[in-house]
Amino acid sequence: MNTKPIGWEKSSLNEMLQKSEKLIEDTGRYYGLEKLSLKKDNPFRYERAYASLRGALVTARETALHIAASPIVKEIGELCFALYTPEGDSLVVSTGILVHVHTMSEAIKFMIREDYEQDPGINPGDIFLNNDPQTGNVHTTDVQTLIPIFWDDELIGWAGGVTHQVDAGGITPGHDLVAAIQRFDDGMYYTCRKIGSNDAIWKDHMINARRSVRTPLYWELDEKCRLAGNLMIRDAVLEFIKQEGIDYYKKFIREAIEEGRLILQKRVKERLIPGRYRAAAFFDLPLKEEAWQPRAKVNKLTNEPLEIYVKEDGTLSLDFEGCSGPGPNPMNCGIGAMEGGQWVLLTQVLIYGDKVNDGAYFGVQKNYPLGSWCNPGDPYLSYQSPWGNLIPAYTAMMKCISYGLFSRGYREEVIPGYGFTGDAIQGGGIYSSGPLEGDRWALSTFEISGQGLGASAVRDGLDWGYAMWNPESDLGDVETWELFQGGIPYLSRKIKPNTAGHGKYRGGANYAGVAMIANSEDVDFFGARDGLVFHGAGGMHGGYPHSTGYRLIAKNTNMKDIIDKQEEYPIEDADPSNGQFEKLLQADITRKPWASIYPVMLENYDMVHFAMSGGPGYGDPLERKLESVKKDLDEGIYTPDLVFNIYGVVADYDHNKGEWFINQEATEERKKEIRKERKEKSMSFDEFFEYEKSKLTKSELSAPVKLMYSESLGLSEKWRKEFIEFWNLPENFQMEGK
Amino acid sequence: MPIYNKKTLSRLLNGELSWKELKPIIGGKKDPERFDMVLEILQEKVPWNETILIPLHEHLFVVSKDNKRIVKCECGYEFGDYKENWKKKCRIRVRDTEDDIGDLYPKYMGCDPEWEELREFYCPSCFTLLDTETVPPGYPVIFNFLPDIDTFYEKWLGKDAPDR
Repeated sequence: MNTKPIGWEKSSLNEMLQKSEKLIEDTGRYYGLEKLSLKKDNPFRYERAYASLRGALVTARETALHIAASPIVKEIGELCFALYTPEGDSLVVSTGILVHVHTMSEAIKFMIREDYEQDPGINPGDIFLNNDPQTGNVHTTDVQTLIPIFWDDELIGWAGGVTHQVDAGGITPGHDLVAAIQRFDDGMYYTCRKIGSNDAIWKDHMINARRSVRTPLYWELDEKCRLAGNLMIRDAVLEFIKQEGIDYYKKFIREAIEEGRLILQKRVKERLIPGRYRAAAFFDLPLKEEAWQPRAKVNKLTNEPLEIYVKEDGTLSLDFEGCSGPGPNPMNCGIGAMEGGQWVLLTQVLIYGDKVNDGAYFGVQKNYPLGSWCNPGDPYLSYQSPWGNLIPAYTAMMKCISYGLFSRGYREEVIPGYGFTGDAIQGGGIYSSGPLEGDRWALSTFEISGQGLGASAVRDGLDWGYAMWNPESDLGDVETWELFQGGIPYLSRKIKPNTAGHGKYRGGANYAGVAMIANSEDVDFFGARDGLVFHGAGGMHGGYPHSTGYRLIAKNTNMKDIIDKQEEYPIEDADPSNGQFEKLLQADITRKPWASIYPVMLENYDMVHFAMSGGPGYGDPLERKLESVKKDLDEGIYTPDLVFNIYGVVADYDHNKGEWFINQEATEERKKEIRKERKEKSMSFDEFFEYEKSKLTKSELSAPVKLMYSESLGLSEKWRKEFIEFWNLPENFQMEGK
Repeated sequence: MPIYNKKTLSRLLNGELSWKELKPIIGGKKDPERFDMVLEILQEKVPWNETILIPLHEHLFVVSKDNKRIVKCECGYEFGDYKENWKKKCRIRVRDTEDDIGDLYPKYMGCDPEWEELREFYCPSCFTLLDTETVPPGYPVIFNFLPDIDTFYEKWLGKDAPDR
């Protein structure tokens, strides 16, 4: 037990945290700072100081990832580092999966509030591990290492690093476990646990960790990777203090965060318009047929409405009032994950630049209603895959901010949303022969970090190149993924037609892969993404959402014969209603309109198809330039039937030249026809009102929709009031759902 | 701070800038004159005379007319008070059958109408597709953006709104 406080001026850490929180509450400014005196007095020294720390963190990340073993860390850099104040506020961050910068902040604050200073003690050289979403994390497969940094006897900061693991020892192999329905399914929980001292990880911890996951080598080397990065950061901070002095450091960390807060307010005033912004996203989790566990057999539709106020002073408020409830599924989301998601998107759409830190966090007020999916308040639920709700929910924030950017004239910054980082196919098996016979392989391809980005108001969206949780998204190389998921080699990776959201500017497009089980036994396979509802908040200003996912598996195939005879095999599912799989294979082919499935057992020569996500479109498709539509056809982004239906473009393929030609005259006629259809098939608002209201009052709704409404109406008085007012329903209106 | 000339901004609004031209505009600092210059370009473009206060949409503007602030389409159709959701004045098509959704998305690649429907909002005059909503059946129409016009002009731009 410590007797001497380790905070500043003989305070405990808890006293320091309370003081910091009170100062911001009382003044609205970080640490109550009225001016940035270091920056004002000597801006060159101040900027050099920030740059030197920032450089140290980026260097630590770039060095540490070479120690890691996980291909997702090594290949596409699924890690990041941050430097925190003694109270746990980030002041400098590295590059990488920045979604975790603020989650680690929550973990440090948890340790402070739980008085770790007294028990188990916080000493120089101590190492702490956290992967508990309830104490500051997204899900158990994101693993954080935190170390305190001391100068003399005072704690002057924390270094934190996080990597994403292939496996955390949950109910099934994988990193986003569809089958987890309670905490006890999520895998190992390290709730801010001390796992080492004197800069060394304790042996008993490592023995336990190795025996608790399916991929012990990755776990162990990734722990060493995070520790190495943190130690590099600590060295850099101590060197910084030797050069600049401890007094400068102590003032500097406060100013750097206050500057981050001021940058957010300045950016908001520079780029948005004050007012009220609203959007709503949804996600489907149809587990009625999928789940093994009786109580998990629920078809769940999640309501994810968001209201943002941009205030006169340039601060923001985010309100998730109206969100539906949690459930026996892995997509419940803790506050730490919500904060991380919000923060990482703000870094991309507003506060990108050199002072990216928790200052922006202090400039945003949040409401995550207790009892809803985004703040269930129940630690025993599963939080294994909160991404399923978090990712679509924050498309609404991107869309809301885009309305402001548009109105302010910054149309190039408009992005209505992004694709879901799916299809996250997962699972694993055991090599049945060869040099690795008996070894496990894990299916955890992180090519999911290359999704379609939404269109802007001046150009098409980025194809296969965006992940909301990592500003440095990279889909990686097939060859690298096959190194660790060798039991399921790729047969193809090919552009999948019609994934991009339609519009004057189309959303980003994407591709699909086909893979086959080989040289393996005991293979589990599952996946997760949107399927029965469009992902996120949809398109903008007349643009359409991108297409949904679905599941295609072929079992008991004749692929062995096909390979022996060197015959053609399916490499795509370009037209799901007239599929190559059915034409070229003898097999039991399963197609499901949803894409989140529980694990199934696969055998050698079984095949799977998995499609990445497109991005939403912008503007009326009839306004798309004809040369752009021709390019879409030539590149296989869209098929001619949908181009005819949506863009009103009539095109013929020239087999000799190998390209499409647009029939101008027929196109003009078709566009007129579409405008006529719009007139004939639309109704007035009054007619619409009666038509839609009758769906509510006549109970014509499906079970998942009823359940969603019953939860949202029950959880939020504000949302209920607006709902009842909008449809002019009786005060006692109820929606039964189960 | 960069300043872009009117021609460049007009080309930006029309989606005519090449990636080489656009990239530095995205990556660089923002031009503080942008709002005023875009407003000027748009005002010259629209075929009517009411003063634009806020560009709300590709085709919709909050304008000042007879001392009232209303939403007006580029084609001239007037949607009424900007504090009311302009979508309530639209013609609306609800795609809530497999066939209707299948016109836009291949099989398995669109929403299931039991779970979600696709609404299209058209201008009642020019029948431009102004917005789409993908929401569960019975979901209230979403009022996406209500600007605080006076705070914007007075507190942020430091001048009165053109109609004040």
